[in-house]
Amino acid sequence: MSEILIKNASVCDPAQGINCEPMDICIRDGKIVERVSGNAKVIDAVGKLTMAGGFDGHTHSAGKINVGRFINPNDARKNPVPGLSGQVARTEKTRAQVGYNTPNTYAIGYRYAKLGYTTICEAAIPLLAARHTHEEFKEIPILDKMGLSLFGSNWQVMEYIRDKEPEKLAAYIAWGLKASRGYGVKIVNPGGGEAWGWGRNVTGLYDPVPNFDVTPAEILIGLAEANERLRLPHSIHVHCNNLGKPGNYATTIETMKLFEKVKPSRDRQALHVTHVQFNAYAGTSWRDFETGAPMVADYVNGADHLTFDLGQVIFGPAVTMTADGPVEYANARMLHEKWSNQDIELEDASGVVPLFYSPKSFVNAVQWAIGLELALLVKDPWKIMFTTDSPNGGSFVNYPEAFTYLMSAKRRAEVISGFSKMALDRMVLPGIDRELDFYELAVMTRSTQSKMYSRPEKGNLKVGSDADIAIYDLLPGQVDPSTEYAKVKQAFSGAAYTLKGGEIVVKDGEIEATPKGKTYWVNAKVPKSIDAAMQKDIDRKFRKYYTVSKANYMVEDSYIQKPVEIDTEGVF
Amino acid sequence: MPVIKDAVCSLCGSLCDDITVTVEDNKITKIENACILGHSKFVGMFEHDRIETPMIRKDGELVPVSYEEAIEAAAKILVNSRRILSYGWCSTSCEAVSGAIELAEETGSVIDSTANVCHGPSALAAQEKGSPSASLGEIKNRADVIVFWGCNPVHAHPRHMSRYSSFSKGFFTEKGRKGRTMVVIDVRKTDTAKLADNYVEIEQGSDLLLITALRSIVNGHEDVVPETVAGVPKAEVLELAETLKNAKFVCIFFGMGVTQSRSKYKNGDAVSSLISDLNQHTKAVMIGMRGHYNVTGFGQVATWETGFPMAIDFARGYPYYNPGETGANDLLVREEPDAAIIAAADPGAHFPQKAVRHLAKIPVIQIDPYANPTTEIADVVIPSAIVGIEAEGTAYRMDAISLRMKKLIDTRFKTDEEIVKDLTAKVRELKRGA
Repeated sequence: MSEILIKNASVCDPAQGINCEPMDICIRDGKIVERVSGNAKVIDAVGKLTMAGGFDGHTHSAGKINVGRFINPNDARKNPVPGLSGQVARTEKTRAQVGYNTPNTYAIGYRYAKLGYTTICEAAIPLLAARHTHEEFKEIPILDKMGLSLFGSNWQVMEYIRDKEPEKLAAYIAWGLKASRGYGVKIVNPGGGEAWGWGRNVTGLYDPVPNFDVTPAEILIGLAEANERLRLPHSIHVHCNNLGKPGNYATTIETMKLFEKVKPSRDRQALHVTHVQFNAYAGTSWRDFETGAPMVADYVNGADHLTFDLGQVIFGPAVTMTADGPVEYANARMLHEKWSNQDIELEDASGVVPLFYSPKSFVNAVQWAIGLELALLVKDPWKIMFTTDSPNGGSFVNYPEAFTYLMSAKRRAEVISGFSKMALDRMVLPGIDRELDFYELAVMTRSTQSKMYSRPEKGNLKVGSDADIAIYDLLPGQVDPSTEYAKVKQAFSGAAYTLKGGEIVVKDGEIEATPKGKTYWVNAKVPKSIDAAMQKDIDRKFRKYYTVSKANYMVEDSYIQKPVEIDTEGVF
Repeated sequence: MPVIKDAVCSLCGSLCDDITVTVEDNKITKIENACILGHSKFVGMFEHDRIETPMIRKDGELVPVSYEEAIEAAAKILVNSRRILSYGWCSTSCEAVSGAIELAEETGSVIDSTANVCHGPSALAAQEKGSPSASLGEIKNRADVIVFWGCNPVHAHPRHMSRYSSFSKGFFTEKGRKGRTMVVIDVRKTDTAKLADNYVEIEQGSDLLLITALRSIVNGHEDVVPETVAGVPKAEVLELAETLKNAKFVCIFFGMGVTQSRSKYKNGDAVSSLISDLNQHTKAVMIGMRGHYNVTGFGQVATWETGFPMAIDFARGYPYYNPGETGANDLLVREEPDAAIIAAADPGAHFPQKAVRHLAKIPVIQIDPYANPTTEIADVVIPSAIVGIEAEGTAYRMDAISLRMKKLIDTRFKTDEEIVKDLTAKVRELKRGA
């Protein structure tokens, strides 16, 4: 029995409505409990901001990030954030580390833990390549992991939607999640991945997918209904059509509106829209490109069926990686950059392209502003998850820097002062004086995730929750984030303590221990008869069109580290 | 009489996963679906020159010892050396590769794979221009134009054309070979070339010229192309460019004829650029024809664990990478290593003479199921189980799709994964003692 008592912490736990109040936290055997015995190890947290461990609900940390590493060996040596990037030699406690945007697996675990993060969700698992994702998961220390499986351009999905077979569709989703050991349904540029199989794309919600006689709108609604039928813990997780194109805010709002009629089967959103920064562009071309964030925020303020994340841009080098194959080809041609592509048979597409966000570029400056505008113009932080879509908008190691943008108008003004007039004319950020407090920041980095992923034991400090805890050397009330943002950044860059499952993994910003994390996956129950009918259809797919057998497609148990199976009972 | 279906063949980078194996009395008695190479691997393991027992060289002779003695002797070599080369690891599992990387990190070694003499330049090309690729099923289901460039799948990847490429039938390619155009670009008329609709015979070492000419034409600059390119008349080059541009879906499969000929990685760089250009007109991808069944896996594991796919130097405590400086042959030709650990590879047979001569001078630890020329210069020989037959583990197909290799029969041999773990543990123990 291991016991820890965190004494006199200044606790910020929005799930319980606790706003930076002094309290003790008791931990026994990895869980938060009411009280501990006198033998408990004591952590003196007086004067320290204490929150649940951070939860990054949309990051690229396993699978195609390896393509990013492969084509960018130069990234391994980059060190723009000392202590959280670049090359670090092995120690008695840690393996060797490299990288910035595409760090090696060990560095991902250590660096997230140093920021006080304890759980991550990999945002795109191609079913056929899922084994690879889990192999990388196993090598990422400390963190608990989950992943979202890709279904948005899948032949079987599109055929079931076209043929109006919603029960079989749900059975297929359940099987796909099991085969890939995924946690939820990810949809990227619905239909666009299949069109990219022929070098084409879809242009919007009602553009038919070549050869499959369905539209992106039908794919979205079909998958959302299957998702709710299966009562999955997470809603569908959508990367909208037309990502990265001027004028796409209209498609984004249209997509959001589509889900007003979808009723969630659990106490969570019906839709999560991801990295909206890339989908909140106004204008008609890159010449008259401008922010579309006010329009998107206006819609979101009046809607209560969705959550979203930012995809905040960080200036400097980044590596874009997405299942949106056509957008990556377009990026590579436009930016004269190297281009990697990896289409997956019968399932989806993907691409990887490095790029550089420069504050001198008016487009990049406006992109930077759009992420912040979304966070500041949307009133309810419970609708927002903070992300950089790491490493698409920039590496996760910059989260502390980005927090200062959200918390300090003065800090934003400093950055904005370097922008061109053209950039300033295309954004609304300079007119926004809202500054987030620690409570709102905790909502966006922990509490929203707990709710939107239906993980009540994560992202909060309630009795019974996992003892995943971040203690920062910062006292709200004594540090004013709107002016003392350097202190804020420093405190969030290296937690005084990070506890993972009740074990101290970070102390004074250094790695103390490297336990293995858990892997969450969803096993959705489907009636046998429906499952059997669906299996017949996919047996044919495997026999005729796949290049691996069905038996070798399923990710085997041995690849799932410390599995946590989440069972759901579908409604049929 | 157990019959195991969907076994994965651990011979080449095609990683066929539809092999049916019959086992009787712990012997494989029947193999279905495998090609002649795969078949000979499955049956050959009972007939080939297996290393029967661990051995240590004493007074010039290899003498049988126990696994414990061999591992202790190997660990002593590693602990007493300052510049160790760890090489090979491509005909074994990803789990063994992961262990090998941990050992290399622990001992400050350089670790490199057989890509050093194979598709290493393809990795460099990807680092220059990216890697526009697809899973093999995309080719099966969509490709109407297939190009084999500097490779000979009839002999090197015998089931490739029937399972994934030329002859396969898929969703949009139901006519199979009849609906596809097959192009072979090579310096000699191989058995693969004999099956092609269009065989383009080029002069040795002139691939880059032809690729550049094709790029010029695809990008609308045919006027700059001379009357003959790489020994090929301009008219033929124009025709080939038209075939590529007018395709619905092109895949260029490229082999060592491209990566190891003159211009090396610049060839791959140019193929990648050609693919990017072709996508202005059609859909095009490229896939390297990887040889060893898990050479792709080594690159994958090394990349996620160290940031680099090969030639990784841990001397500084963190991974340092500079192929040309930190490749296996670079080190050996400079006579730099003072010990070597060689697993699942045979540099004794395949490296340049000068490199082998240095290997012969230094203590060499070999981990392998079979005796080969490297055994002749090894000082500690540790036999291992064969992955995919006697041991399970992960391997990556040439298109980076990973599969679980099955264990089909029991063995008395330790697996590579176990050997490397034992070795690391022993090295740590000796270091602590010191």
